[in-house]
Formats: sequence, C-alpha cells, structure tokens
Amino acid sequence: MKDLFIESVFVGVLLSVGAYETGVFLKKKFHMALFNPLLVAIAAVVVVLLVFDIDYEIYEEGAKYLSYLLTPATVCLAAPLYEQVELLKKNVSAILAGILAGAITSMGCVLVMSLVFHLSHEEYVTLLPKSITTAIGMGVSEELGGIVTITVAVIIITGVFGNIIGEFVCKIFHITDSVAKGIALGSAAHAIGTAKALELGEVEGAMSGLSIAVSGVLTVILSILFAQFL
Amino acid sequence: MKYVRQLLIILFISFLGEVCKYLLPFPIPASIYGLLLLFTALMTGILKLSSIKETAGFLIEIMPLMFIPAGVGILESWGILQPVFVPIAVITVVSTIAVMGVSGTVTQFMMKKKREKEA
Repeated sequence: MKDLFIESVFVGVLLSVGAYETGVFLKKKFHMALFNPLLVAIAAVVVVLLVFDIDYEIYEEGAKYLSYLLTPATVCLAAPLYEQVELLKKNVSAILAGILAGAITSMGCVLVMSLVFHLSHEEYVTLLPKSITTAIGMGVSEELGGIVTITVAVIIITGVFGNIIGEFVCKIFHITDSVAKGIALGSAAHAIGTAKALELGEVEGAMSGLSIAVSGVLTVILSILFAQFL
Repeated sequence: MKYVRQLLIILFISFLGEVCKYLLPFPIPASIYGLLLLFTALMTGILKLSSIKETAGFLIEIMPLMFIPAGVGILESWGILQPVFVPIAVITVVSTIAVMGVSGTVTQFMMKKKREKEA
C-alpha cells in the first residue's frame, strides 16, 4: 500500500476528492453540521495517512495539484462579484464598514485574549492575521516577526471552523440578509468561508470573495498598528 | 475550443497577478492582484463575462477541494502547535464567532439604515 502511494501520482488527489464526496453524502443523509464535507475530507485523509504510515510529503506530491488551482480559482471570484456589482455599488459603505469592523474585531479579540493568556509578543503577532487569506497572512506574520508555520495552521483552522459554524452563527446573530452573510463569512474565514458562502448563494459568494481581498488589505495596514500594543 | 480560450485568459490573468506581486513591494499574493485585475477588466469591458464564465464557474465550484491538502498539512505542524494549542483553540473559536457576528451585523444594520432613509 505504501509503495503504491509513493508510485502513484493520482492517489493523493483521488483520496482527497473521494473523501470530500463522502462528506457531501454524509451531510445530505444526516444533516448535521459536524458532517461538514471539508472537515470530513481532511479527517479522512489524516486517518488514512496515519493508518498506512504515509508521510505528508508523499501525499502532498499528488495533492499539490489541488492547491495549485487555488490562485486561478481565487482570481475567478471576480466573476460572481462582477455579476453582483449593482448590489455592491448600492451598499458600498455598509459593506466596507462591515469588513472594517470585522478586521478590527479580529485583531482586538486576539489582543485581549493574548493578554488574558499571557502570550509573548511573538505569539501575539503570529495570531494577528488569523482571519485573512493564507498568502497575505503569512506575509503579515513574517513582517511582524511571528512564527509563520503556526500562522498558516491557525488560518486554516479558522477557515475550516468558520466554514462549519457559519450558518449557525448567522442564525444566532439574526444575520438574514444575503450581502451581510457573505461579508460575515469572508471577513471571519477568508477563502474557506467563501467556499461555504458560495454554497449558500450567488450574492453570499460574491460578497464573501470581495471580503477576502478588502479584509486582507485592511489587516496588512492595521496589523502594523496592532503590533505596537503588546 | 471555448474552454481552451477561457483557460488561457484565466491563466494569463493569474500570471499578471504574479507579475504585480513581483514588481510591487506589498505582502499581497498574486491571487488577490489577479482578482482585482479580472474585476477591473470586466468592469471596463476589456473582457466580457462570457469569455471566462464556464471555466470560472468550474474552478469556483471545486474550490473547497483545494483546501484539503492545507488542512491535512496541520498534521505536520502538530508538533509546534501542541504546546500552545489550548490558548490558540480558545482564541480561534471566540474570535471567529465574534468577527462573523460583528461584520455581518454591522453590514446588515447599515443597509437597513440606508433603506429607511430612502423610504
């Protein structure tokens, strides 16, 4: 099994896509938030790798072709945004205010809780960019002197967690408007949240995609200020 | 040949995004530059939506799959994550919920305010 895994180019991708599809099936059958297809897929792949004692590098050798598509796919988020441009123009101040409030809340929360947990400056700046897209977050963490590997892990955990609880949180906070839902998902959980927003609807997906870019840029600027606080 | 041309355009814009990243000093990834470039091209009419629509739709639909390798990669970082896992887990859970609640509520509130003003 291990040798086959090493030899095969397709097994990593096949395993990932198969695990995701299984997650979709479970979600349809049981309607439980825990059966989030992305979470199921990640967990299933991790279990397979551990059971068969396969190194992450070997899995990644094939699976990297999935990650490779992330840049062109993110570029394509401009298409749904363009389709909703009238809605964007009409609500531009509300949208920008929402994203700005989200970015400040994110870094404010990290600041307060870093003080509570007595985290060091290094740990604090590592967590500051947790709500923004990985590539920007890595840059911010590096710039401020954080531990980039932890930043990446936390960004992914935030995204997956946001993807799972997004619908539930919107319900609790009575966020019913499609534009607001999209902004909430994109601001809190970047591209992985956007994957959920796209499931909810075209408007949600478009607004969430916009939030990735705006929230990322705002965080780059504001994090310089926030880094002074601890 | 529709898909070939659509793919060409999308890859070309992704490349232009990389060029921007190479030339500009900001910590912004190629994908975000590309998103802004494609949006600008669509708004100005340089590109028609129909010249990318199907391929873009396909890539966006399979987007969740692209996060699986990164998610599995947390396994690799587990060693350095473990000692700080409790504070990180608490901070992640609380701040993610807070950011979602605040950004969504602020957006919704301001949209409602505007509608009331117009009415």
